[in-house]
Amino acid sequence: MRDSLTIVLSGEAGQGLATIEEFLVEAISKEYHVFTSKEVMSRVRGGNNTVEIRIAKDPVEALRYGIDYLFLLNNHSFYRLTKRVTDKTVVFTEDSFVSDEELGKLKATRHPLNLSELAKQAGNRIFANTILFGYIAGMLELTKESCHELIAARFASKGDKIIAENHNAFNLGFDLGKAYVLPKKVGKPTSIPAYKVMDGNTAIGIGTLAGGVNFIASYPMSPGTSLLVYLAEKGKEFNVLVEQAEDEIAALNMVVGAWYAGARAIATTSGGGFALMTEAVSLAGITETPAVIHVAQRPGPATGLPTRTEQADLNLVVYAGHGEFPRIVLAPGKLEDGVHLAQRAFWLADKYQVPVFLLTDQYYLESFAQVIPFEIDDRYLESFVVKTDVDYKRYAFDPSGISPRGIPGNGLGFVKSDSDEHDEAGQITEDFDVRVAMNDKRLHKRSLLLADYVDEELIGPKDYTNLLVGWGSTYGVIKEFIESGDSKNTAFLHIRQPFPLHPKLKKYFDQSKNTIVIENNATGQFANLCKLELDVKIHSSILKYNGEPFSIEEITQRVTEAIR
Amino acid sequence: MSKFDFEHDIDIAWCPGCGNFPLRMSIIKALNELGLDPTQVVFSSGIGQAAKMPQYIDANYFNGLHGRGLSVAVAIQAANPSLTVIAEGGDGDMYGEGGNHFIQNIRRNPNITHIVHNNMIYGLTKGQGSPTSPRDLVTPIQVDGVVNEPFNPMAVALSMGATFVARAFTGDSERTKEIIKAAILHKGYAIVDIFHPCVTFNKVNTFAWYKNNTYWLEDDYDPSLLTNAMAKALEVQKFPLGILYEVKGKPTFDDNLNVYHEDKSPIITRKRDIANVNRLLK
Repeated sequence: MRDSLTIVLSGEAGQGLATIEEFLVEAISKEYHVFTSKEVMSRVRGGNNTVEIRIAKDPVEALRYGIDYLFLLNNHSFYRLTKRVTDKTVVFTEDSFVSDEELGKLKATRHPLNLSELAKQAGNRIFANTILFGYIAGMLELTKESCHELIAARFASKGDKIIAENHNAFNLGFDLGKAYVLPKKVGKPTSIPAYKVMDGNTAIGIGTLAGGVNFIASYPMSPGTSLLVYLAEKGKEFNVLVEQAEDEIAALNMVVGAWYAGARAIATTSGGGFALMTEAVSLAGITETPAVIHVAQRPGPATGLPTRTEQADLNLVVYAGHGEFPRIVLAPGKLEDGVHLAQRAFWLADKYQVPVFLLTDQYYLESFAQVIPFEIDDRYLESFVVKTDVDYKRYAFDPSGISPRGIPGNGLGFVKSDSDEHDEAGQITEDFDVRVAMNDKRLHKRSLLLADYVDEELIGPKDYTNLLVGWGSTYGVIKEFIESGDSKNTAFLHIRQPFPLHPKLKKYFDQSKNTIVIENNATGQFANLCKLELDVKIHSSILKYNGEPFSIEEITQRVTEAIR
Repeated sequence: MSKFDFEHDIDIAWCPGCGNFPLRMSIIKALNELGLDPTQVVFSSGIGQAAKMPQYIDANYFNGLHGRGLSVAVAIQAANPSLTVIAEGGDGDMYGEGGNHFIQNIRRNPNITHIVHNNMIYGLTKGQGSPTSPRDLVTPIQVDGVVNEPFNPMAVALSMGATFVARAFTGDSERTKEIIKAAILHKGYAIVDIFHPCVTFNKVNTFAWYKNNTYWLEDDYDPSLLTNAMAKALEVQKFPLGILYEVKGKPTFDDNLNVYHEDKSPIITRKRDIANVNRLLK
């Protein structure tokens, strides 16, 4: 585990935690390594929400459970965090927000910080958040001027007076924070790259734009909605048609219709909404219409824990839809993956005429991390649409194994697509031989598309004897464990395309004496998939399904036990 | 031979005497008389005997899922507004399984034509009650007769703000054709509910029944008045036929989409500049 500070802000929905988080992560990122995640209750106002900010000298991309500095923003923001508070924790709070008795039980230290009183001094209670930003910036000895710039940029549209008032409020907090002597500190890195800070949702959003998305139809469902919001914001600038559908059934049927017409379309949803889309997944399968579907996982079954995280919909997307047809499932681990995989999803869907899933989760989408700015190229904008001629047949048996896809109105031919079993021209057929030939053609694409398998990543020693296997958002935490060097003969295999799996992956498992699959679910869905698809030995699983992501402490402890 | 028809014989899956046959000819004639290029016409259908229509018309089609023909049609039209898009299906497909899409798409006012074959029965699944079945119709499922009130698509469409609402009867191919032409020419959502008999499963609502229980709107009927139209839509003893309502000039779904406010070119023809995307990564 890397040396780091964890600062937690605990308040309630509607208090502006997200705004402070954005300010802090931007400001801290200029001088430290930083990673933030959040934990919110499913309510619009009230409840208890937290923002966790992890600050380090070296790169961090994972949640640390233990809290060093806890800021309470109301009188019901402590009780849910007691498991994370120790005798090393300092609690910054107004007198009435937590009793000495409660703190005493945990041997935590109280440090008085009356934000509402300070806000009054600054002229208005709305300055409390800016004062808190200043206070933490002062504690971390951030450069005042760069924080001022962030404030000025944020409030640019509100005029100089508002900016000046916020600068004053910031300064008030900053001086107090700077005067506070930290019992635990982390050093600043001697130099730091000019990082770009973003959350997973933004990475996915940028990737979809780079993949040529020009159509999104979706029905709101947390945490999948955030991509719909992102593309709505960018819609005008990037020519993306954005439609809120009446339900998820309409959404994916619209996406399929849009691809048929020549668009690059996506639907974003979560497990429950995706369950409604499954018939249309099957439709995309038999009509060989491309489709991209973003499934943002949250704990189920049914409504489950709407604002928390889980990786329990892998089986759902792998098996969704009646009948047999190929598909691709991509799951990003780091921010760069979000951009690259979302971009690639459209290209893969277009090239192989299959549904492609982007499988993320609440933790991945809502965590902010740093990336070294990078450029993307336009290779995934390559279109596979052909111009039709008079005798065009949509489902022609082509030597390539893939029937060239025309779109209506583009050429002299007709594009006839059918959800019934069909002949080469797209007409309904009940001919058994044609049925078998068409089914074989569709299923054969499963082996073809492995040529574009998304490479896995192995982190750690090549001569490992213990192998940790993960997919999706567990990347950062397992990577940190390996790189912290706590176990010399252990490596981490991160899979970015969980389905279909490439046979070349088998060698990693064969080399291992002890293979442990780590997943944010209760039944080890990916471990089972590896056994089924690769016929490999899995020795144990590390699973978590309470709605929280893995923390670095938990991975360290549970992996250490498993490889002992 | 006309456009939209086949040079070779086709094997049609409908029962002899089905109302779908004359309707097919009305549609083909309508498309020809409008001088449409078949490569620029797309049918989107669901599942059912009615939804097989696109199989028998030589143009583009997407024959998708039961109930979802409208969703696909609206997306095709929005992705490429230069196409003529027709959604077609039966009463069970469009009013039952697809009922929510029917209601919500009227609100969108997409520039498409919606043809619904209304024979008041499920044909493909062999004779169960449909949303438009009359009360007391005995079926293998509704053994004591249908007890639900029949769905009134005309009144629903009018109440949701549909801009073109019409009803036809295949017993008059010429008028049916003219109504379909008017629906295709209408800019905005145009529904044409088409009565026709199911000769195999509906022994109550027969050709003669439709003949006796419908009448064509008088020549002096004014379809521009919503109050007229609603009064006609609520007549269910003897069903009025013709264009009940048409209002012009209401913005369509694609008109309202911000991607079409300034640039009218279909979104599918526009290129993405990767340099603009790269700016987001700075």
